Amino acid sequence: MADRNFLRDFPIFHGNPPAYLDNSATTQKPDAVVRAICGYYGGCNANPHRGVYDWSVKATKIYETARASVQKFINAKSPAEIIFTKNATESLNLVAYSYGLANLKADDEILITISEHHSNLVPWQMVAKKTGATLNYIYLARDGNLSDAEISAKLTRRTKILAVTQVSNVLGLINDVKTLAAKAHEVGAVIVVDGAQSVPHIPVDVQDLDADFLAFSGHKMLGPMGIGVLYGKKNLLEEMPPFLSGGDMIEYVEEQDTTFAELPNKFEAGTQNVGGAAGLSAAIDYIQKIGFDEIARVEKNLTALAIGALKKLPYVELYGCDSERGNKIGIVTFNIRGAHPHDVATILDAEGVAIRAGHHCAQPLMKYIGQNATCRASFYFYNTIEDVGRLVDAVAKVRKVMHLD
Amino acid sequence: MLEEIYTELLAEHSQSAENRRALENPTLKEHGHNPTCGDDITLELEISGGVIKDAAFTGGGCAISQASTDMMIELMRGKSVDEAKKLAELFIAMIKGEVTDDAELEQLDEAISLKNISNMPARVKCATLAWHTLDTALAKA
Ligand SMILES: Cc1ncc(COP(=O)(O)O)c(C=O)c1O
Repeated sequence: MADRNFLRDFPIFHGNPPAYLDNSATTQKPDAVVRAICGYYGGCNANPHRGVYDWSVKATKIYETARASVQKFINAKSPAEIIFTKNATESLNLVAYSYGLANLKADDEILITISEHHSNLVPWQMVAKKTGATLNYIYLARDGNLSDAEISAKLTRRTKILAVTQVSNVLGLINDVKTLAAKAHEVGAVIVVDGAQSVPHIPVDVQDLDADFLAFSGHKMLGPMGIGVLYGKKNLLEEMPPFLSGGDMIEYVEEQDTTFAELPNKFEAGTQNVGGAAGLSAAIDYIQKIGFDEIARVEKNLTALAIGALKKLPYVELYGCDSERGNKIGIVTFNIRGAHPHDVATILDAEGVAIRAGHHCAQPLMKYIGQNATCRASFYFYNTIEDVGRLVDAVAKVRKVMHLD
Repeated sequence: MLEEIYTELLAEHSQSAENRRALENPTLKEHGHNPTCGDDITLELEISGGVIKDAAFTGGGCAISQASTDMMIELMRGKSVDEAKKLAELFIAMIKGEVTDDAELEQLDEAISLKNISNMPARVKCATLAWHTLDTALAKA
């Protein structure tokens, strides 16, 4: 099948763009998203939920329509279960501080995996320290997937929260969250799913997964920076105390006491990011028009090509590229023998190839795989076979530029 | 552009083992770290009578940070603490693009070869790590 040229839809790709292979860090924005944001600010900017005049009503409508669109996208039961935040990090902090602090006590356990992004790790460390709960880790099998033996050994009646990423931002491997959710529920724990790298790339249905919480960022799925989502089951969110407090999240405020607004407003203090919500809504429309089948087809093709070509270079070491389950999104993490990832990224940049180098906000995972840092190329559906070619050609030049060969 | 950065001189210094060790009698020890990229060095100095008698480092990082550390150590050996402070300041000013005059920069010896990094904002921290670490160490001398 001939690949559709998505690049035309993205203003940033007009002209002579680099091969942009840092999509796990953030994705580019199609025209439709840029237009939705401009449309809101240029058309009906006003504070939502506050005014009774036309623009404010329109702003409220845009914001709530976006919420409904997110709800349908992840198949939540009710729009009250969709909380807008700034990003996945804020969503995870909300759960850790609101749910975690209220429900954990000394001797309880929080269970996470060694492949977590710092966003789904540091908040749990903080909450563990504050409550006296223990923070435990699930380690990996040889192929980079979560070890079944580790899961069985560590998920126990003492576990109150299992917080796990659906896709690792370093290894790109998809964890079986549905099975993990069932196992967590069996021992009476809730499951918090970090969907930052999954929601943009694979269909995520919170009811099918039976996830208690799901966090993700708009900017990693074509939307603008500054808007993120926390999904939570209504019964859980209702019991939780507010995270941030102030305007918009209240019902009545008296001098010494306040009653809080209903969901989802209870968790949305202060003026919200309406332009961001408008952009996210347009991003969801765009993704749905393309469809996850097509997204997976392109990504799998590019990933297989890249892994195949890089494996032919004897000095390249790959990480997370040996899973036989086919449970991988478009992330290829590697190192070049003798070359530090930062030098690699600089040399690739000079060749017009944008990749990420460093610890990818996953220092415990880096230590676990025995690397200080790695290079990461991450694809999205608009990447092309030419991008892969540019990556591989540039990688093949690195050792020579560094006078290593 | 790349050839001006990744020179043979840089490759030699980044791979050289000579200064990569612990000192027997260090009088100052300073740890330097770039959290964003993971460059991580420990600098050891032996200072007596206000003069740097010996210097060495351990740690790891990119070629630029390692070469820059190695060049700095060779430059500093035998210098007085005051001279060393001035040279570190001069190097940092060179990388920030504040001092461009080659005649003035000649005092930096081989480290002048890192001048072009002033055009690579993403790598400035790599080049200056060791020199900032030295500066912090010498403030205690
Ligand atoms: C797996 C994972 N979780 C969380 C995050 C945090 O996302 P954000 O920085 O948008 O909050 C990221 C982003 O890098 C990620 O890859």
